Amino acid sequence: MECSFALTGKDYVIVAADTTAARSIVKMKIDEDKIKELSPHLLMAYSGEPGDTVNFAEYIERNIRLHHIRHLVPLSPSASAAWIRRALAQSLRSRNPYSVNLLLGGYDTAEDKPKLFWIDYLGTLSEVPFAAHGYGSYFALSLFDRYHNPEGTVEEGLATLKRCIDQVSKRLVVAPGKYKVKIVDKDGVREVEI
Amino acid sequence: MSIMQLNGGSVVAMVGKDCVGIATDMRLGNQALGISSEFQRVFPLTDRIYYGLPGLATDVATLRERFRYRVNMYTIKEEREIEPETFAHLVSSTLYEHRFGPYFVEPVIAGLSKTPSGGLKPFIAATDLIGCLNFAKDFVVAGTASEKLFGVAEGLWEPDLEPEDLFETISQTLMNAVDRDAYSGWGCTVHILTKDQVITRTLKARMD
Repeated sequence: MECSFALTGKDYVIVAADTTAARSIVKMKIDEDKIKELSPHLLMAYSGEPGDTVNFAEYIERNIRLHHIRHLVPLSPSASAAWIRRALAQSLRSRNPYSVNLLLGGYDTAEDKPKLFWIDYLGTLSEVPFAAHGYGSYFALSLFDRYHNPEGTVEEGLATLKRCIDQVSKRLVVAPGKYKVKIVDKDGVREVEI
Repeated sequence: MSIMQLNGGSVVAMVGKDCVGIATDMRLGNQALGISSEFQRVFPLTDRIYYGLPGLATDVATLRERFRYRVNMYTIKEEREIEPETFAHLVSSTLYEHRFGPYFVEPVIAGLSKTPSGGLKPFIAATDLIGCLNFAKDFVVAGTASEKLFGVAEGLWEPDLEPEDLFETISQTLMNAVDRDAYSGWGCTVHILTKDQVITRTLKARMD
């Protein structure tokens, strides 16, 4: 089943999501990228109802891009989070709501701070030091409580993430096989192998 | 599973002598799973009004935006700040507009209202999710720990508490109530409104 994790560190946010695209009990694809790069310093991991997820993520991606083009500056992570939350909250009370859960990790270049937001399909928004979605969250959040260091280096952050992934692989019956990991910091977005 | 208990959280407000207090826990959960221990559900509206929105977290954010918009419009049109009583009715009508598809929150309002003689009078109120107002003279409670809050508040509250005594009373009430509720807790925030200042303190609580 789908799992996504994210954590902040001294001056970065790590976002990880599994790479399986499943339908019912069948794996359709094992190298799906479920982390979108919304702007030069903003990442969004999405999970939920297949179909809704990609449709909603692309809608968000294009609108954030449109804002960037119109105003010449990208929307800040907190402003993006507020706008995305609103889109989900309005969708919730519509005829067919999006069933999409998000982790929004970004680097605020104005404040020089990493930011991470936990957003669910209801439009619940919370700024957090670490977050997870899916069945993996029941394992990962406890590990983050124990090992997360808000002042940690990238290496330390990746080691903590590795612990989560390993634990989920070990204990979760429906654990995903592969993960894609992306890091956002002051220099922008980059992908790392784990 | 009720949608009112999905995210958890509780708010209590109490009247003191020329002061009011409003306190809340800081948990945001998804049923039994804790997501955040820094979630804010009590917000300042003016220098003399604070309000809390326990209930579904998405509606907490949505209603906060709505109230801010409606109160800003009121301030511009009337060219004065809104009174707590007026705000309570604004909250009530906003919620009743959605009578048959409600916002799942139970607002609590605490403020100091102006008297004709120029003094300040403590004011507290609470509503249910469709805007039925409850003006109380002593204390109001709401959220997943509301039953427990009623019990402890009934035992601890007394009339004419000074600001520091009110702080102690409201803090003890909230902390002891949320410790018996799995869906509330994880830290508390307490605001005491007096005529010349607002005292805001964050309390450490049990993390289980």
